[in-house]
Amino acid sequence: MSSHEPGGIGAGAEHGEELRNPEQGAGTGPAEKDLPGGGVEEPVVVDVADVHPELADPTVVAEKVASDREVHTAVGEPLLRMDDVTVQFGGLTAVDGVTFDIRRGEILGLIGPNGAGKTTCFNAMTGVYRPTSGTVVFDGEPVGRKKRYQITQLGIARTFQNIRLFNEMTALENVVVGTDARHRTSVPGAVFRTPRHRREEREGIDRAMALLEFVGVGGRATDKARNLSYGDQRRLEIARALATEPKLLCLDEPAAGFNPAEKESLMDLIRQIRDDGYTVLLIEHDMKLVRGVTDRIVVLEFGKVIAQGTPDAVTSDPAVIAAYLGVPDDATA
Amino acid sequence: MTTPNAPTPASPGDGEHETPSSGSSPAPLAKGTSPTGSSSTSPPSTDPAHSTTTGLRPHSGVGDAVRLWWDAQARPTQWALGLPLLIFIALLPILQIPVLTTVGTNFGGVMAQFGMYALIAIGLNVVVGQAGLLDLGYIGFYAIGAYTVALLTSPSSPWNQTGDGGWLSQDWAWLAALPIAVAITALSGLLIGSPTLRLRGDYLAIVTLGFGEIVRLLADNLDGITGGGRGLAQVAYPRAGVSETNPNGVFSAGSGSGALNSGVWWYWLSIVLIVIALLFVGNLERSRVGRSWVAIREDEDAAEIMGVPTFRFKLWAFVIGASIGGASGALYAGQVQFVNPTNFNVINSVLFLCAVVLGGQGNKLGVILGAFVIVYLPNFFLGRTEIFGIPIDGTQIAEYRYLFFGIALMVLMVFRPQGLLPVRQKLLTYGRELYVAARRTIKAQDSELHDGAHHRTGRGSTGHDSTGHDSTAKEQA
Repeated sequence: MSSHEPGGIGAGAEHGEELRNPEQGAGTGPAEKDLPGGGVEEPVVVDVADVHPELADPTVVAEKVASDREVHTAVGEPLLRMDDVTVQFGGLTAVDGVTFDIRRGEILGLIGPNGAGKTTCFNAMTGVYRPTSGTVVFDGEPVGRKKRYQITQLGIARTFQNIRLFNEMTALENVVVGTDARHRTSVPGAVFRTPRHRREEREGIDRAMALLEFVGVGGRATDKARNLSYGDQRRLEIARALATEPKLLCLDEPAAGFNPAEKESLMDLIRQIRDDGYTVLLIEHDMKLVRGVTDRIVVLEFGKVIAQGTPDAVTSDPAVIAAYLGVPDDATA
Repeated sequence: MTTPNAPTPASPGDGEHETPSSGSSPAPLAKGTSPTGSSSTSPPSTDPAHSTTTGLRPHSGVGDAVRLWWDAQARPTQWALGLPLLIFIALLPILQIPVLTTVGTNFGGVMAQFGMYALIAIGLNVVVGQAGLLDLGYIGFYAIGAYTVALLTSPSSPWNQTGDGGWLSQDWAWLAALPIAVAITALSGLLIGSPTLRLRGDYLAIVTLGFGEIVRLLADNLDGITGGGRGLAQVAYPRAGVSETNPNGVFSAGSGSGALNSGVWWYWLSIVLIVIALLFVGNLERSRVGRSWVAIREDEDAAEIMGVPTFRFKLWAFVIGASIGGASGALYAGQVQFVNPTNFNVINSVLFLCAVVLGGQGNKLGVILGAFVIVYLPNFFLGRTEIFGIPIDGTQIAEYRYLFFGIALMVLMVFRPQGLLPVRQKLLTYGRELYVAARRTIKAQDSELHDGAHHRTGRGSTGHDSTGHDSTAKEQA
């Protein structure tokens, strides 16, 4: 057995899978949803600097990551405006007359207790649900009845509360799918490999690689998304969303399941994203994270906005405290 | 994620094999767990060691080893090796290798049928394997392709264009009808797809199943046009290579005898179409289109929210799959020179699907292998009375082929659900250099393992890490 051949022969696949699970389970818990018997793939860390020396410089990375799209809204002006938006499911009103702005260049926190309607609000914005009434205006254009992919092309990108990557694609391919939102090649172009197709492919892959470096999973570019660790998967989702060159990036509980150190680094990343010219909407439970990173906070409870303002003002607001911590005993007594 | 800083116990084997092998190497590590637990966070995340797990990525099987070796070859070498292999495969029916050839039926004819099935499998693979749309009525497109050629060229068809006043010349009627057949099946794919592709999963499967049956029943009942159950006879075929011994050309059903008969010529013609289809589909796969298909298959909602116009690309998949199926139908009509509805039943539709699933959904070469297995195996047993000296009743075995395919599929689903040749998509036109680098890293890891060295070539010290990397390092903590 001493000369075991790693070039080894089939069969080991499933067993290998069993072996890796306990180990990874101890960590941040990778989403290990393998198809039964699906080939085991050992994560391989590529030396990105070896292949793309230019990506060794963080400023170059940041430059490539930065969106070069024209945003009509001036910095500080409302980029997205929720105007009296109501979303009903049958008799249940999940979001009730919500009105708030997201200003260009800010990090806006959207917080509230469980079931307050944060994600529904989010879904109304990104076109997953249609508002029952009210309007969403984004960068001067009503989102209205646009299709979901058109809303993405308009410039709203999002991540998911429960990670939804394309598991069988590599990390790089996942991000390139995001860049495709800006591409126009269709079947004829791809079949005949037109110059535009080749240019878009080159640019897309180039930008995707820079994005992976930016969020910190560049070394895992060639790994399938399902084989990435939980934290890396969350980061990959952010990279994929940024790849669509959004004007507004919506993060739905990006820190869920993170430990404090990971949250810290995520905050750094979110700040960097903002500094790179993106506007960020952040849904989050963790008050510490929200206070640390956001410029402004909107608080929802039972589908209504109960407070909005700077982090300090909001967190000292009695209504918010009551919603979050409950009313102290002596107050009700 | 824990980060044991010992080398990867990269055993392809299971736990039992694992322990002795890692014991024999100096790695102080058993079963891939860190000796110090997850608290040993010293190496930066970028160290390859952090990915310590078992099993080796590109080496998990013989097929992967072959693929790895193949990918490492230079382009000219690939051509130098691939072309002779293709020629060898093309010459199989001529060579008549005793172990491979069929006893009970003409080998050339079997290979021609294989060619058609392979073409179908490639088309169906686009729909089922790539875009993940379960299409149980694919035979409908095959039928439409075959009937288009037959209706245009058969003397018994009311729309025959080969006779007096027709606009198709007798000699080239088949070749001219081929693009028409492809165009009409593409159109039918568009017509069927636009209403049905709003459905998902099981519902789509049921609707397409219905579509396949509708096509067959129409062919059966439109007596005035399709000839009903009598079918359409004397369908045109390419009239090429006319000689004194072959007054109707090499593609005529009666042409030639022995090894070089019409079946072989049809086989070669289908190889040409297969190569064209592979180039076509291959280019699509490594583009925005192919990525969209795979993204839709993986998570349709997420794909749409990431900006993929899902409906449009699903429709494209349907249309492209349909037109390839139509080309195959045209081949069938020309080779058999006769079409009737019985050939286009549900069983055959499922058989096509079987070829795709058996071969490996999403893998173009895999589905061709699947088609070969489906067509060749029953014919191999047909008429055989012994195999390697063991007496068998081959004809009986061939008759039970559906039973055996069923069993084979069940066994496959348990032990190798990804198919004989599992999918390894290449979804990018460029950027292979990263994958090559990944392979180099693996090789380096392997050789280190063999040397038993602890040394690791981490990249944490290269000093180019963006903050992201620092943060992943923290994440390890």
